[in-house]
Amino acid sequence: MNTHVASEGVIGVEHGPPRRWWRWLATTSHKDIGTLYLLFSLVMLFAGGALALLIRAELFVPGLQLMQPDFYNSLVTMHGLTMIFLVVMPALVGLANWQIPLMIGAPDMALPRVNNWSFWLLPFAAALLWSGMLLPQGGPAGGWTFYAPLSSTYGPPSMDFMIFAIHVMGASSIMGAINIIVTIFNLRAPGMTLIRMPLFVWTWLVTAFLLLLAMPVLAAAATMVLADRHFGTSFFNAAGGGDPVLFQHVFWFFGHPEVYIMILPAFGIISEIIPAFARKPLFGRLSMILAVLAIALLSVIVWAHHMFTVGMPVPAQLFFMYATAIISVPTGIKVFNWIATLWRGSLTFETPMLWALSFVFLFTVGGLSGVMLSNVPADYQYQDSYFVVAHLHYVLVTGSLFAIIAAVYFWLPKWTGHRYDERLGRIHFWLSVVSVNVTFFPMHFAGLAGMPRRIPDYSLQFADFNLVSTIGAFVFGFSQLIFLWVIFKCVRGGEPAGDRPWDGARGLEWSLSSPPPYHSFHEPPAPDVIAAEGPPAH
Amino acid sequence: MAADAISADAARAGPQRVVEGLTYWNMPQGVTDTSQHVYHMHMMVTLASAAVGLVVFTALAWTIVRYRRSEGAVAAGFSHHMGLEVLWTLVPALILIAMAIPTTRALLAINRPEPASGQPALTVRITGSQWKWRYAYPDLGINFASNLAAASREASRKGAGTRPSQVANYLTEVDRPLVLPTDRPIRLQLTSEDVIHSWWVPQFGLKRDAIPGYINLVDLVVRKPGWYLGQCAELCGVNHAYMPIVVQAMPAADFDRWAAAERERLEKERYAAQARPWTMEEALAVGQKTYESICAACHQPNGEGIPGAFPALKGSAIVRGPAPAHIRFVLKGSPKNPVMRAFGPELDDRELAGVLTYERQAWGNDMGDLITPEEVKEAR
Repeated sequence: MNTHVASEGVIGVEHGPPRRWWRWLATTSHKDIGTLYLLFSLVMLFAGGALALLIRAELFVPGLQLMQPDFYNSLVTMHGLTMIFLVVMPALVGLANWQIPLMIGAPDMALPRVNNWSFWLLPFAAALLWSGMLLPQGGPAGGWTFYAPLSSTYGPPSMDFMIFAIHVMGASSIMGAINIIVTIFNLRAPGMTLIRMPLFVWTWLVTAFLLLLAMPVLAAAATMVLADRHFGTSFFNAAGGGDPVLFQHVFWFFGHPEVYIMILPAFGIISEIIPAFARKPLFGRLSMILAVLAIALLSVIVWAHHMFTVGMPVPAQLFFMYATAIISVPTGIKVFNWIATLWRGSLTFETPMLWALSFVFLFTVGGLSGVMLSNVPADYQYQDSYFVVAHLHYVLVTGSLFAIIAAVYFWLPKWTGHRYDERLGRIHFWLSVVSVNVTFFPMHFAGLAGMPRRIPDYSLQFADFNLVSTIGAFVFGFSQLIFLWVIFKCVRGGEPAGDRPWDGARGLEWSLSSPPPYHSFHEPPAPDVIAAEGPPAH
Repeated sequence: MAADAISADAARAGPQRVVEGLTYWNMPQGVTDTSQHVYHMHMMVTLASAAVGLVVFTALAWTIVRYRRSEGAVAAGFSHHMGLEVLWTLVPALILIAMAIPTTRALLAINRPEPASGQPALTVRITGSQWKWRYAYPDLGINFASNLAAASREASRKGAGTRPSQVANYLTEVDRPLVLPTDRPIRLQLTSEDVIHSWWVPQFGLKRDAIPGYINLVDLVVRKPGWYLGQCAELCGVNHAYMPIVVQAMPAADFDRWAAAERERLEKERYAAQARPWTMEEALAVGQKTYESICAACHQPNGEGIPGAFPALKGSAIVRGPAPAHIRFVLKGSPKNPVMRAFGPELDDRELAGVLTYERQAWGNDMGDLITPEEVKEAR
């Protein structure tokens, strides 16, 4: 405290946060920016969730009760874009912002001003995207995959809003990725070798490279659609000699790495939480890291498994099937290593652990349906059916989103200095984990029986499963209000968390006070601290 | 209670068509050679996944029950085990290889052209179109569009008076089903005239995209007569949910009789129509029929359109404006909006003259003028 006053008085080196809104607008602190990302993501979670509930409400019974089909299509589109680009990705970047400097013993991110800009682009991108819904012709309605020519020649004017929003979100992601790579390569504390880095940092390092690879490709696809719409080109217009299938190749060359961008950091989170509550080091650290690298490499050669029904040559179908199926090997290694970490541990079941364990169960469900989808003959039926909707929600909701929620419960005491309400956390968990299965499991059956995705209305054959899904969705949606309340209460106050609220947790962030000082690791952590908080010698 | 209400509704709705092999929990086994392969691969991967899942979940559940600190479990210190790690890399890899072999065989079998059985394949061209399917038999000189049945379309409107459960075959009935012979090789040619659609009939184990600029070829043999259902599987715009597929498969001899009768009927109809004088009654009859099968999908049977998506024709400035501009608009399509495409290539002069007259007369537009096929011909 004395040094703080003295230095501020003399040379102004020790700058604490400025006051009020200016602090949040102009901040270059990784902690403030992490908080901004997470709060933004939380707001958008409820926005995207409201869209999902409107979708489920329309699907409650056959017939059109609430909306016209074009509005339904724009709901489907906006729900997908919002959840992917404005919820899951910002939440993961927010966690990276908060945690990576703390976990590698760095004072801040390497490029703090770029960091501020990456965040502040997002609200404007979101406003641009959502304002398309206000146009008289309605919001973008071609699905988040915006296949041409439905989105190019036939797209409503709001497609242009969506294209520019994608450009802005892409710029934000690319800058965020560069910042994370530069931080990890340059700002690690002495003694924090790459191989000793926590798994969360490792997964984010790999993810950041995937982002650099994938986002420019998405920008290219969007720009080509823009050119087809306004500049007289015919990239995807068959009448002008273009190729509608080319769009799908370009889009999925981004799209498949994208799904790993959303799941690899989740793997990292789970690899931090399970050892903490098993009170045992992570099993097979090295094979965990190699598995992440293998998944990332494979993820860029499997894109056309989203396109088995476009009429590809058989050898191409075989190649993409084999490559896709192989991904299950490194993914399996991760699941087995988590189980081996739990094996002969000393387990307790605080809220973060409950979410992490449910992640292992339910992500495995999504992973297994993923292996099923890779089977080309079977995929002739699964493709574009509700089976795919079930699969993608198991990996994205009970995968990515559950891991993000687990991470928030895990690190919230560190960020705020208070313990959250454990009882409410458990209620939130149990309501969510039951209702999420009631929502998504029946979709497997609807899809197998022949229900296509992205339809506002269906024949009576599919009525039962849709009714059940809608009930589950509403319980799941409203359960998330408990999450909001838990966070609000915890930020406002609560029992002091102490430096290490979880006795089994290891990592440099736990060597700091809770909340950590506004500027942490001015001095690199001592070698013995790094050794004590790091993995056991191999 | 609810079940009673539904069955009462169904009784009012009239006969429910008997459709082959609708399933509830699982994929149908289907009635083509392809669908047999598809079904067996599906069951193989499902059972393998279930088995792997069972192992994983049992191990997880075991750790959760067995190693609780509250039960006095003390943590061990181990952090790796080369043998185990190699084991759970190799075993899944072997399972994958074991599944890849039959899958590769099945895929090659599905994509092998049908063995020559002495008969040439029957060619059927399927064209996706916002929002209906067009079926053509180029060798037989038959072609027609297949639209959602009017009763379903009416009940599917937001705020419709009838509930879906009160309509027979809600969203699973069309004005004209695709007719196919059984036990005869069929070659489908799939394409689209606007956006990408996907032709999916689960009973055939067949989903293939209909893409503008492409002709996708699919060979199949249907093994069992009956009615089969499907629908468009690729998001294709506003009425994506409302372009169902209904297939009637019949023995080859019946199919030949159907085709001959159909050709004869079409010719007779064309001849009779040409012979009838072009009066207001004739124009309105032709026009209403054409309107309901082509135009109503967007502009709605009541001519009111859907606000924000499809303009109303009731009171429309174009419809109530000078006839030549109206003719040109429908003939050549909208200069601004590709969804309102040129109907010149698709409809003949009588149909166009009829539908133009009908639009100008119906829903209180009351223009009272009769558009003649000659006027349309001149405007082409």
